[in-house]
Amino acid sequence: MTDAATEPDKITGPTPDIALRAGDKTKSGPVLAADGTPLKRSLNRALRAQKLRALALIAPLLLFVLITFIAPIGDMLFRSVENQIVSNTMPRTTAALQDWDSNSGDLPPEEVFEAAFYDLFLASENKVHTRLGSRLNYEQSGMSSMFRRAGRGVGDIGDVYLDQFKDLDRDWDEALPWAELMGDPDWIAAQDAWSEADGPMPSFELRAGIAEVLPRTADAYETFARFMQDSNGDSPLEEEPWSMVHTALYQDLAAGDVAGYDGPRADMLRAADALVADPAFETISFRDGFEEIDEDWLSVENWRVIKLYSPDYTVGYFASAVDMEKTPDGIEVRPEDEQLYIRLFQRTLFMSLVITFSCILLGYPIAYLLSNLPSSKANLLMILVLLPFWTSLLVRTSAWKVMLQQQGVINDVLVWLGMVADDGRLVMINNQFGTIVAMTHILLPFMILPMYSVMSTIPQSYVRAAKSLGATNWTTFWRVYFPQSVPGIGAGSILVFILSIGYYITPEIVGGTSGIFISNRIAFHISSSLNWGLAAALGTILLVVVLVLYWAYDRIVGIDNVKLGG
Amino acid sequence: MPDTSNSDAFVEFERVQKSYDGVQLVVKDLNLTMPKGEFLTMLGPSGSGKTTCLMMLAGFETATYGDIRLDGRPINNIPPHKRGIGMVFQNYALFPHMTIAENLSFPLEVRKIGKSDREAKVKRALDMVEMGAFGGRRPAQLSGGQQQRIALARALVFEPELVLMDEPLGALDKQLREKMQFEITHLAHRLGITVVYVTHDQTEALTMSDRVAVFDDGRIQQLAPPDELYEKPQNSFVAQFIGENNTLEGTIREIKGERCVVQLDDGELIDARPVNVSQVGERTRVSIRPERVEFNKDRLQEGAHMLKAEVLEFIYMGDIFRTRLKVAGNDEFIIKTRNAPDQVRLEPGAQIEVGWLPDDCRALDAPKT
Repeated sequence: MTDAATEPDKITGPTPDIALRAGDKTKSGPVLAADGTPLKRSLNRALRAQKLRALALIAPLLLFVLITFIAPIGDMLFRSVENQIVSNTMPRTTAALQDWDSNSGDLPPEEVFEAAFYDLFLASENKVHTRLGSRLNYEQSGMSSMFRRAGRGVGDIGDVYLDQFKDLDRDWDEALPWAELMGDPDWIAAQDAWSEADGPMPSFELRAGIAEVLPRTADAYETFARFMQDSNGDSPLEEEPWSMVHTALYQDLAAGDVAGYDGPRADMLRAADALVADPAFETISFRDGFEEIDEDWLSVENWRVIKLYSPDYTVGYFASAVDMEKTPDGIEVRPEDEQLYIRLFQRTLFMSLVITFSCILLGYPIAYLLSNLPSSKANLLMILVLLPFWTSLLVRTSAWKVMLQQQGVINDVLVWLGMVADDGRLVMINNQFGTIVAMTHILLPFMILPMYSVMSTIPQSYVRAAKSLGATNWTTFWRVYFPQSVPGIGAGSILVFILSIGYYITPEIVGGTSGIFISNRIAFHISSSLNWGLAAALGTILLVVVLVLYWAYDRIVGIDNVKLGG
Repeated sequence: MPDTSNSDAFVEFERVQKSYDGVQLVVKDLNLTMPKGEFLTMLGPSGSGKTTCLMMLAGFETATYGDIRLDGRPINNIPPHKRGIGMVFQNYALFPHMTIAENLSFPLEVRKIGKSDREAKVKRALDMVEMGAFGGRRPAQLSGGQQQRIALARALVFEPELVLMDEPLGALDKQLREKMQFEITHLAHRLGITVVYVTHDQTEALTMSDRVAVFDDGRIQQLAPPDELYEKPQNSFVAQFIGENNTLEGTIREIKGERCVVQLDDGELIDARPVNVSQVGERTRVSIRPERVEFNKDRLQEGAHMLKAEVLEFIYMGDIFRTRLKVAGNDEFIIKTRNAPDQVRLEPGAQIEVGWLPDDCRALDAPKT
């Protein structure tokens, strides 16, 4: 409030200020500082040091918040769309599936099964195939066991070839002959001379030219050798290759000609080639191999799911979070009996609203009393309000359990008073009622405190003025006092509503099945079902709902009208 | 000027006492009668009981003992909203969530006055305080002076016969305050309303009021029109509280009707007018207004007592000169002289003699030590 800018009080005579302002108005263009630079720029320069100092002061907190709050939340939000586990675990398969038309109704071609064999062989050595199985099991039940069996079964496919090559020549199941066939001689020498004191092992190198003769085998063996070195810390010179390598060898020998090969172990290789050419050589197609592992691998539906979830990012989690599912034909609503989350979100919002309103009803008179009592009494009452804050949340919630249960204090008293029959004890816990009662009690201080701090800034003179103007007590309250206390109600409501919408521990303890919140479901997915993607999607939706409500509140009430204190 | 001899009292306090804690009396035996149309100011230091009296009249405090009557009717048991008394608060108390027009309309609405009537009255009240164009604004958008006018208009819009004002100008700057003082008095006299005005600013009290009640220690020390209050203070508290005063302490040596002789503590004798002293030998404090002290012998009566004085300081204040002297052992003795062309400017260190008309020198009660 300045008197100078307003009319009736305006001083009309010349004062130094008015003269100065009049002088400024006559100049045109930007105002210049004393040294001729534009005033704005020189002001900015003057303020820069101040800003830097302010930044330095908040920097530790900013970093702390960034590391412990913003980054984890960002990571969590990212998990709700991230789906790299499929393409990371089965890179060859997802690439091969690109060309397969999932709507054709046919099984994917043999190349896809071949790719799946190599992917799963490596995955099972890495012991990550079960993780992928669990991930895909969220989308199609049964896939978890299908992958678990495949992890064990891919070895059987390879063993068909391993056994036959081994019967031909024991060396095919020995480490060194394979190393000599595939490895660069310099690398073999280096690996041979290596000892643990030398630091990391010399990384495996393919022998020049071998990749042209035996492309698949070279690839498979390189994968094996690298895995041994990097993951197990074992020397490939001492480890027998996996049967995956023998399978690749069979494929190479069946497809190409090794007659021209004259490198190390040429005789061994030529003998193997002859064996493969023999009609008596036993083979098995990858498709049949997978059929033997589990019939499910020949289900078109399962392959459609794998293809559907092969991209790096997916909306599948979000679809699940709103009771829909991603199918090859687009996003569809789940059948009624599988719907869960929308109802949970609705219940969470509804119960949070009920809790907020209960808090307003219970908190307003207390806040009013607090702000109108002499300070000594108000302080005592304030301690009573704050007392619950000093008690553990678990203790308070458990206390409600004691109070509300069927054999609890309240029921006992009601039965004793004869208001309730002994066999008709009220069910007040493990349902919505219990959650609402306990949470209203727990969140009440968050409503009272902002209300109190706003009400205590409303001067008594407003009430007196209204009365002196002829208003009755009720009119005074309703038309003068209440409108001024609304910012406190607003602040308390936002606080209580946002706190309760994400509340977890109380509904978990007293909520039963009908009184749980969406947060309990999120916690379930985080800690029990380990479906973090879905938990992240649910959490993201919850966050967005809160932000939207906050935005709506700002539009309707105006966040400027919210006061947490004078 | 209203007819102060009007015998039917409009506002009456009779033997009113007030205590908040049951131990101390904040208001002690207050008796006050106000005729209709009077502008009465309650003046006093903080804690003197003046605001409590106002609040009792408004109905926000109840008297512990005694009767308060409004227009002959005891109002002790009438709740504030039925008393029909307009009130202006120190912080204006304009409802921040209502526009100016809604603020003014509020007392009319609670009185269930029709919409068209209401609008006409609000407009008239706003025009009365020259704020007709501001009806749509919120209080926070107005300056302090403007809010003050609105508060005044709101207290008047329902045409109360009695308006109470609790230090309404306390938050304004000096220039604005002086302007508002005139506006409020003119308005009050034009509308013929009775006003009880509380302030601790004596200039405000003197310039605005028909009568001033000086409060101290829960009692009215003097109730008189401003000129009487200034020129004829009844006791040393009032003399000290109202305006600037020079005091000298001494003992009564002789009382002869309207004159007495006071022997000051340094032995000098002076003439004075006895006010609330009665016995020879009584301790007294004589008070002389700085502007009534004369150092030019020609302007004094013959035979007037003169006192030796030493000039300590000369302060040039534009319209007046203010000279600090040491007189009879008191080195805070001030004289004020008008800045006239022939006026003498006293030099510090000069030895002069000062005197005064005996009527201007009032022998009052000595403060109890």
